[in-house]
Amino acid sequence: MKAWDAIIIGGGHNGLVNACYLQRAGLDVLVVEKNDWVGGAATSRELTPGFLYSNCSYVCSLFRPEIMRDLELPRFGLQVISYEGGAVFTRDGDYLANYRDHDAHRREFARFSKRDAEAYDRYARDVTRQCRFIQPLLMRTAPDPTSLRPRDLGELLYLGKKFAGLSAEEMALTLRFWTMSISEFLDEYFETDVIKANFALSGIIGTALGPMSPGTAYVLLHHYMGEVDGSVGAWGYARGGMGAVTKALAASFKASGGTIRTGAEVDHVLIQRGKAKGVVLVGGEEIYGRLVVSNADVKRTFLKLVEEKELPDIFLRRVRNFKIRGSSGKVNIALNSLPEFPALPKDSPVYRGDMHFTDSMERMERAYDDWKAGRWSADPFLDMVIPTTLDPTMAPPGKHFMSCFVQYAPPKIGGREWTDADRDGFAESVIAQIAEYSPGFRDRIVHMEVRTPREIEAEVGLTEGNIFQGELTFDQLLFNRPVPGYAQYRSPVGGLYMCGSSTHPGGGVMGAPGRNAAAEILRDLAKSTSHMSPAHDVI
Amino acid sequence: MAQATRRKPVAKAAGATVSARIAAQSHFQTLRLGTPFQPRIDALAKTQDWYNWAGYRAPHSLWDEELEYFAIRSQAALFDISPMTKYRIEGPDAEALLNRVTLRDVTKLRPSRVHYTAWCDDKGFVLDDGTLFRLSQTRFRLCSQERHLPWLLDSAVGFDVKVEEETEAVAGLALQGPTSFAVLRDAGFAGIERLRIFDLADFPHGGGTVSISRTGFTGDLGYELFVPADKALSLWDRLMTSGELRGIRAIGYTALNRARLEAGLMVANADFTTAEHAIRADRLRMPDEIGLGFMIDLEKGHFNGRRAILEARAKRKLRHVLVGLEIDGNVPAEHAIVYHKKAQEVGLVSAAMWSPMAKRNIAIASLARPYGDTMVEDLWVEIYAMRELQYQKLMKRAKVVARPFINLDRRTANPPADF
Amino acid sequence: MTSFETIVIGGGHNGLVAAATLAKAGRKVLVLEAGGEIGGAARTEEFAPGFRASSVAHLLNRLHPDVVKTLELERHGLQFARADFVPSVALSKDSPPLVLHGAYGEVLTGASSSEQSAWKDLRAQLLRYAGILKPFLSRRPPDLAGMSLLETASLGQTALALKKLGKEDMRDFLRVLLMNVADLLDEQLEDDRLKGLLAFDATLGSHLGPRSPTSLLGLYYRLAGETGGTAGAQVLPQGGMGAVVAAIRASAEKAGVEIRTSAPVAKIIVEKSRAVGVALDNGEVLRANTIVSAINPATTFLDLVGPREIDTGFMRKVKNIRMKGDAAKLNLALDRPPQFTGVDAASHKGRLVIAPSPDHVERAFNPCKYGELSPEPVMEVTLPSLADPSLAPAGACVLSAVVQYAPYALKEGWDAGKPKFLRAIMEQLEAYTPGIGKSVVRAELLTPADIETRYRMPGGHWHHGELQADQMLVSRPVSGWSGYDTPVEGLFLAGAGSHPGGGVSGAPGLNAARRIIAMKG
Repeated sequence: MKAWDAIIIGGGHNGLVNACYLQRAGLDVLVVEKNDWVGGAATSRELTPGFLYSNCSYVCSLFRPEIMRDLELPRFGLQVISYEGGAVFTRDGDYLANYRDHDAHRREFARFSKRDAEAYDRYARDVTRQCRFIQPLLMRTAPDPTSLRPRDLGELLYLGKKFAGLSAEEMALTLRFWTMSISEFLDEYFETDVIKANFALSGIIGTALGPMSPGTAYVLLHHYMGEVDGSVGAWGYARGGMGAVTKALAASFKASGGTIRTGAEVDHVLIQRGKAKGVVLVGGEEIYGRLVVSNADVKRTFLKLVEEKELPDIFLRRVRNFKIRGSSGKVNIALNSLPEFPALPKDSPVYRGDMHFTDSMERMERAYDDWKAGRWSADPFLDMVIPTTLDPTMAPPGKHFMSCFVQYAPPKIGGREWTDADRDGFAESVIAQIAEYSPGFRDRIVHMEVRTPREIEAEVGLTEGNIFQGELTFDQLLFNRPVPGYAQYRSPVGGLYMCGSSTHPGGGVMGAPGRNAAAEILRDLAKSTSHMSPAHDVI
Repeated sequence: MAQATRRKPVAKAAGATVSARIAAQSHFQTLRLGTPFQPRIDALAKTQDWYNWAGYRAPHSLWDEELEYFAIRSQAALFDISPMTKYRIEGPDAEALLNRVTLRDVTKLRPSRVHYTAWCDDKGFVLDDGTLFRLSQTRFRLCSQERHLPWLLDSAVGFDVKVEEETEAVAGLALQGPTSFAVLRDAGFAGIERLRIFDLADFPHGGGTVSISRTGFTGDLGYELFVPADKALSLWDRLMTSGELRGIRAIGYTALNRARLEAGLMVANADFTTAEHAIRADRLRMPDEIGLGFMIDLEKGHFNGRRAILEARAKRKLRHVLVGLEIDGNVPAEHAIVYHKKAQEVGLVSAAMWSPMAKRNIAIASLARPYGDTMVEDLWVEIYAMRELQYQKLMKRAKVVARPFINLDRRTANPPADF
Repeated sequence: MTSFETIVIGGGHNGLVAAATLAKAGRKVLVLEAGGEIGGAARTEEFAPGFRASSVAHLLNRLHPDVVKTLELERHGLQFARADFVPSVALSKDSPPLVLHGAYGEVLTGASSSEQSAWKDLRAQLLRYAGILKPFLSRRPPDLAGMSLLETASLGQTALALKKLGKEDMRDFLRVLLMNVADLLDEQLEDDRLKGLLAFDATLGSHLGPRSPTSLLGLYYRLAGETGGTAGAQVLPQGGMGAVVAAIRASAEKAGVEIRTSAPVAKIIVEKSRAVGVALDNGEVLRANTIVSAINPATTFLDLVGPREIDTGFMRKVKNIRMKGDAAKLNLALDRPPQFTGVDAASHKGRLVIAPSPDHVERAFNPCKYGELSPEPVMEVTLPSLADPSLAPAGACVLSAVVQYAPYALKEGWDAGKPKFLRAIMEQLEAYTPGIGKSVVRAELLTPADIETRYRMPGGHWHHGELQADQMLVSRPVSGWSGYDTPVEGLFLAGAGSHPGGGVSGAPGLNAARRIIAMKG
């Protein structure tokens, strides 16, 4: 019976990145994916004729350019287009826009506050300084602070040196970023509520925290440290939807000789004498491999796919204590025409960017209070984009695809499972909000897909539908991610590795976990990593 | 029922401020604003060679950058400085506030006088340099390259003073060159001859006033004029008419930039990086590191950065020095690396040119101490001159020289010469 | 004009500790107190005829052992034995209370046996981890700009202490350090009453709910404190908190400290960037080589020094210190002792906590984010007159409670809010001790706004600045100036606004004095 060199459980972007790097190192790699398509949460699916849906992940920035380059993704069709603008609509009939042009941006802020307009440069400087500190850590394996191995000590030293290389002011700022709420952090720069809300949203997207929760300043950095072709912090659309990322990865993988099996759901990992030997599919088929890499989140991997007896108690306890919290949902909409927002001039670039309706910190935080109480937000926070304004491939001419990322949606409603009626109520809260700013919006809807944490978990397999495979709080970052002692992509089971967003440096379509895991695996196999280009310099 | 019903967010009543705010939305349709003088400048812009000056469409040149430079040195040149950031600082404590914010002693700045100054953050790093106009006992105008409203407002806490940004409201012109005095006198600004260097006075214009100072950025005889935006065009016309026989010409930035370099003057974020824009901590500069140490007045009482500046001086923590260089040959050493003994990298040229007035190859450079400070011998610059798609690499000897590179008596002569 | 070596501004406990420590080192020290009485927020005051209560702080749980030793407080009548430790009682509406006996629950009663063993483990872990942080209480935070050899060495000691924990324990320590308390409790405990009590303790005095990340630090802060040599122990001092201050005062005066009350300082006089004296409200000028401000850092710089002598960036940092209190103090004069349902006589002498679950505490916290009142406030209640009859007329009783959340900047204003909040508190109390309302002779509710006015604590915040991760250690009171010295030469900070923070610990005062002595400042 054939034994693969490596079996990757799950064909999400990290699984595919990992598979590509292993295959290119000369391994014979199989990816098994439960769905009939690959991509995990980064897919484009034609859910209604003519409309391509980015039905989970919907925008691109974090995906590491080193990976795009190593895996020749442009050759396989990947193209990323930057946003043109963005806005928060205000309740008084106005909006606050973000423009790419520095001076237009300042003048836009000055409409609300001259002071805030001139405070932006200092804010941008401070955020940029911190991004430059963190960026180089993304493509490195986190050191184990309890270890005395030369490599861990070396990495700790690297971290220490990087920190020591900062000025005292920067160090103080780093401490603030790791511990402050985004709301309090922004209070130190800006006076206008809507301007704060405009920035604060990056501090909450994907987390089960409100903008007033300490630690959300770091979450903002997580969203800022991406780039579009060297433009740090920029966000854009993948042409053809987010599926274009994983489609290119899959094509690259196949081109280098890799094998993908879709419709193949793993029931459990085959373990003999404490070593992973392969996987057993639902239905009983056994597939053998010299090593197994799980792209699934850490809870799914170790609480569902591995038997308890194979794992040490302390590891299991820590896996159970890992916080994966469903906090968001999606409403994806096919539209027969471009919605109009009377507040917005017709030629505004904002249509070609991200739009929001939460214009105050209080509204954002109250949306979170609903989540804490086990309810979807009555007045939800929306991150709404219409990618078809820049990407003509996703809908017929004149028609549009709209993606609404919605916070907050709890994993359970008042302690019980979501029902279809709940789902409809959730969708209505979103549509009602949009319709308030866009009269006639309902009439433009051709088709709609509503995804609560229930649907996301069922389809993509993300525990609780959490998009980051685990909260981005300090107790779950760096050497704590996913669990202390196992933050280097390995697990207590020999030959079983992790490569999903549950691992360092965390979620978003970044690919870094998949790549870092491949580097560790190849190190264990004493194979060359010369096909991995060095991390780009931060100069 | 677990689920709360939707709380419809309450709309605030649309007031006058909201409608004003909404009316300003359309700015995004004009990414580069025109200044109040734009109709006149557009009419003269034969090269259509624009650049972005703080969000304004400003000319690099209007017809010929060489000849525009000579207009400064031989006749009178008119340059639009409206995009310069301007703050109005007014109130009983205005002097005290500015004394605390800036390096120089503002109590020594008499009403109707102007001085060149700079200001620092707590660490003694330069936030910007600029000119401070004392319009009256209690009213000042601060002109700068970068924007500082939050800094000024936060500095003003506890002072009885009002700080307002007035960049758009006030139009500015620089009239520079040997005939500039004659142009103004002929334009009817009676008493203009009494303005000595750094003096300032108000003159009637079009039912309002124009404030004219004998200041400039060229090292030449020259004046700067500030008027409310709605009086800008009539002022322009008045000067152009009276200057016709004195060779007045409108010019763009390239010409001005040459003149300022000959005068040995720095430009923030060209010759040094301002503290609020420095992302890399080693780019920060203290006044002593960019030749502004002369401004520091330790006797005047407390001012921002005083403690850090004193400490840096005492502990010899000053790491850089900004110097003027005279370089062999005539090839401008723009952005050339400076070496000691042709081997050790010790600094960088930030601005360079062949000076037509001095007939020397000049530059401003930032060097790592002790080079440029106590070690001034055996310095070299490596010039990469692109000629027909090839770099001609030149290693040229550089000599540290005093700035300004030119000294024109007419700049300070009283009464100003009538050419 | 009179000259002193050292002037201490503020006769709160930290000011007195700093003064006494300096005097013991041979300095001539004058303490200036604005109020008619020393003690600041740690006094015992009569709030109704014959009824006395501790002003704000009513429990002693963290008076630093170095303070006790340096000031020889035991010789001045401050001595605690194990028998003085009072229990914490987690009240519950629908089940009997749960009691933490001894030093923070050495023995737990009222819980299931599995919960008792879970608590034993958790308590040991919390104390172990708090123990790692404990040495930081009595030293200056490290200076980020240039670590001295000594500082590096002391950080090395911390690293060593960490290593001593063992690998897995160290990993857990690093994981939970900045966690929220609710998650940690959910990981290890079952009983809502116990979890509610701990959630309350972790968030008491801060603008955090139990679900706010970093809220666990509040619990560490509490457990890093000790009383009578035992970590986590708490006592109700005989004679109220005023008695503690009296002992500190006695020690200070014995060391030669001169104390002037009703002497509010209007201005710190700065000449050539150096603090040289103070001017009182009445115009009197007192000069000194060293000025120690044991009052709020914002008051010190914004009001007393003023912006003219300070850099803008520093002022900005001072203005950004968050210090809007959420805790109110309730003093009730009762005509008879209340009976809390299901609580035995001994427990009545302890600390009675109404915080039925972490979720309940979180719900109480929610409205205060928007400047609104908790409809169902959480609180800790003490009945000090049960053990110390001198505090109330015979047969009567004093109830002293700290209640959350009462946001300082109440949207509707405290004129309207105060009676509303008192009603909400009384409703809660009534549920646990039916009939209490009828026994109230007089109720005094001090909102944060009242605390601000009465005790000169801006924002009514007892820590003189939120005690959250970003305002601790090297960031307290502001980054770059966490070591008690200030940008003004000769001026030092010694109040709770400085490291390590508030509570009746005396640690900021002691550390500041040590710093001044070391600097020969």
